[in-house]
Parts: sequence; C-alpha cells; structure tokens
Amino acid sequence: MTITVGEDLTFREIVQERSGEDILACFYCQKCTAGCPTAYMMEYPPARLLRMIQLGQKEMVLRSRTIWMCVGCETCGTRCPNRIRLAPVMDTLRYMALEEGYAPEPAVYALHRSFLDSIRLWGRVHELTMLMEYKTRTLKTPNVFFHGLTGDMKMGLDLVLKGKLSFLPERVKGLDHIRKLYAVATGGQREAAE
Amino acid sequence: MTAMKYTYYPGCTSQTTAVEFGLSTDAVCDALGIELAELEDWNCCGASSAHSLNHELSLALPGRNVALAQEAGRDMVIPCPACYQHSLMADNRFREDAAWRQKMEGLLDFQYRGEGRPRHLLEVMATDLPSDVLAAKVIRPLTGLKVACYYGCVLVRPPELTGWDDPEYPMTMDRLMAAIGAEPVDWSYKVDCCGASMTLSLSDVVVELSTKIVEGALEAGADCIVSACGMCQINLDTRQVASRPVPILYFTELMGVALGLPEVDKWLRKHTVDPRPVLKSYGLL
Repeated sequence: MTITVGEDLTFREIVQERSGEDILACFYCQKCTAGCPTAYMMEYPPARLLRMIQLGQKEMVLRSRTIWMCVGCETCGTRCPNRIRLAPVMDTLRYMALEEGYAPEPAVYALHRSFLDSIRLWGRVHELTMLMEYKTRTLKTPNVFFHGLTGDMKMGLDLVLKGKLSFLPERVKGLDHIRKLYAVATGGQREAAE
Repeated sequence: MTAMKYTYYPGCTSQTTAVEFGLSTDAVCDALGIELAELEDWNCCGASSAHSLNHELSLALPGRNVALAQEAGRDMVIPCPACYQHSLMADNRFREDAAWRQKMEGLLDFQYRGEGRPRHLLEVMATDLPSDVLAAKVIRPLTGLKVACYYGCVLVRPPELTGWDDPEYPMTMDRLMAAIGAEPVDWSYKVDCCGASMTLSLSDVVVELSTKIVEGALEAGADCIVSACGMCQINLDTRQVASRPVPILYFTELMGVALGLPEVDKWLRKHTVDPRPVLKSYGLL
C-alpha cells in the first residue's frame, strides 16, 4: 500500500491549534472508528481521518464527506485512550472547509444554515419556517429535495395534527443581543453571515 | 426538606416537537414540590447547528442564557440534553476564559458570578429529590413494567464536562425508574446515538440507528424505552422500523403515571407509537 504524504505539513498544526486536540497523540487503535455510529457512511472513518491529518493530506480531508457525517455524539472522544476528542476536530475541519471554499454535504449544510438563520431571526427556532427555508435551500440539489419528501410531509402533518408544531414563531425581546452575538461570532465570515 | 427552587430553561422543543416532555416536566415538578421559575427571555442554545458551522456562536448563544440566569442565582434546570451540554460548555468558558467572559459581559451588560449552574432535569430528580419524598407520592407503582433506560449521546458526554455516574453504562435513570416501581432491563444501547439532527438531512441514517436501538430494547425484553431527550424521543418514536413497534416515553411521563396525575393521557396521545396499550396491560391507566 502506498501512503501519500500530503503537501501541507502545517495543516496538522492548524487543526491542532484551532480544535485544541492533540492529533499526534493518536496511535491508531481505531476505537473511535469501532464506536462511531456513522462510520458506515464515511469514506474515511475517524481513525483514518486522524492519520490523514497527521500526514498533511489537507485537500482529501477537507473535500471528504466524512467531516459532514459526524453527528457530534462524542462516543469517540469518550473512548479514546489518548483523550483526543474528535467532535471539536470535525467541527474545525468543517469551518476550514467552508472558509476555503470546499463544497459541503448539501443536505447537512442546508439544515444547519436554516436552523441558524431561524435563531438569528427570532432568537428561538421556529420549526415550520426553518423547514421551509431548508427545503428551499435544497431545491438546487433535486435528489436531496425529493429524498423522503412524502414521508416527511406525512410526518409533518401528523405533528401539526398532534399540536407539536406551532404556526407562529416565538420571538425573544432581546433580539439586539442575538444580532450582536451573531455579528461578533461570524466576523463577516460566510458560514453564518450570509 | 429545604425547598427545591430552580431557574428553568425549557428549550425550544419543549413547546413543540417535545411538548409532552415540557408538559410532563411542569406537572411532575409541581406535584413533587419542585419550583421551576422560567428563565426570562431565554433564547435557543444553537443545538447541533451552531457548533457544526461556527464555534463562537455555539458558545455565545447558550452564554446569553447563562448570563440571564446570573441574577436569580439559582441552578438552571434543563430538560434537553443538547441545551444542557451547550450551556455547560458556555458556563465552563466563562470560568476559564477571562477575555471571553469580559467580552460577553460588555456585549450583554451583565456580570458573571458563577451562578445559574446548568443541570439536567434527570440529575436534579435523581440527586436533589429525597427518595422518601418521591416514595410518599407514588400512588401507582409501575410494577411489572420492563423499561430500557436510554440516555443517548450528549447527556452523559463528554464525561469531564457532564460528570455523570458512568459515561458507558449510566444507572441514574435506571435507579429513578426502579424507585417508581418499574423494572429496568440491562441492555446494550443505553448511550448509543440515534442520529440526532440528521433526522431531516439524512433520514436513512436515523432510521438505521433508531431501529437498531429499538431492536436492542426488544431483545432485552423491554416493554418500552425511556428517554430524557426530545430529539432521541422523536427520532426513535417516528423513525423506528422494528419487528414490533416499541413506545418511547419520557422519564417524566412515567413519573406522572406513577404519581397518578390526571393529565397523563393528554401527553401520551401525542406519541406516534401509542404507549397506552402497554401501560393498560399492566393496569397502570
């Protein structure tokens, strides 16, 4: 097997600095991969991704679907014998991918963006309008838009009938606070400022 | 007994998709003399979405709630595990990062005093509530009901932050369920993840994970799964494709049954898998 050493050897240092996790401490026991609930959806399972970061394979890492498949359940970090938490590493890799213009996984990104837009607008999440924005965002990718659509609509109707989705949003009084927090947190960056 | 008084952070889903969690929390706390004062003007914690796209936002949003909780000076009780975890992270940063604390204090015009400590409702019920007070109120013990206590992911993790009894095999909910007469089963999926926010973006993943958890509970001989999370509950309740449908109840709903509260039926009829038949089969409704 050929192991490609990537070109960007500062990549590991940057990920380490931004995530606060010691990437070099990984000795590849693969407990993270063994316990990961979504490893079966990843082209590079968690342990392999860590090794790729060690080797500076920046482009392959930031382009991968893996970083969008992590749900942040923290199983890997809890079980790691070297106390590496992968959840903040995965978060960091997503931020870097967005900053550097790599295409995110469309459905996952659309949902998170719509969710954050809803909070910016109301201070709390309003599911119905958030879902409308999410579906609108996925129009660009018809396979995402139509995936599970009828099932989800049935479920949505069921939730409305059971009184579990409200029609009107709840707006917080301190929206000026919320807007300030968004402005400072995004610093004009793309991921939540748009 | 000293009065149990807390600041209460309900979280967005307690009024919508997890409304039966919110309603049963109110009713059970009321019946047990636990006083919850809702945090004035609370905002969304940012959930999975904030930390997925923006680290600063994922701490600033729950940071505002911690800020608002300073004045009342009481522990802040939170029923949703994600809200709980993010609030803990923000509170932790207030303690450890002086520059951030000063920036937030300036932005939101408040002073951090280390008050309003975020605590999960389950932990409060299990630690602060004296067992004799609970025992005295149980009028309909859940005798015979076999329950699989499901903690899910972020309630107990990361362990350095949450400090639960055991991040791999917690027993806090099991003991609470035993205290109201139910029979907790040993099983393999207590802290497995249901797929959380992927329920909308990649629903196949959630179908896969939720079904595995539900089948695990059936294997262990459970009549139902008990949850402490609005996200886990709706995922398991609506996405399971199991050999036999398994009802997913909030721990507060089962406490309501044991306390004989009259409004129980209003909560239970909001479920997708109706929990009433199994409860009736044990004479609990």
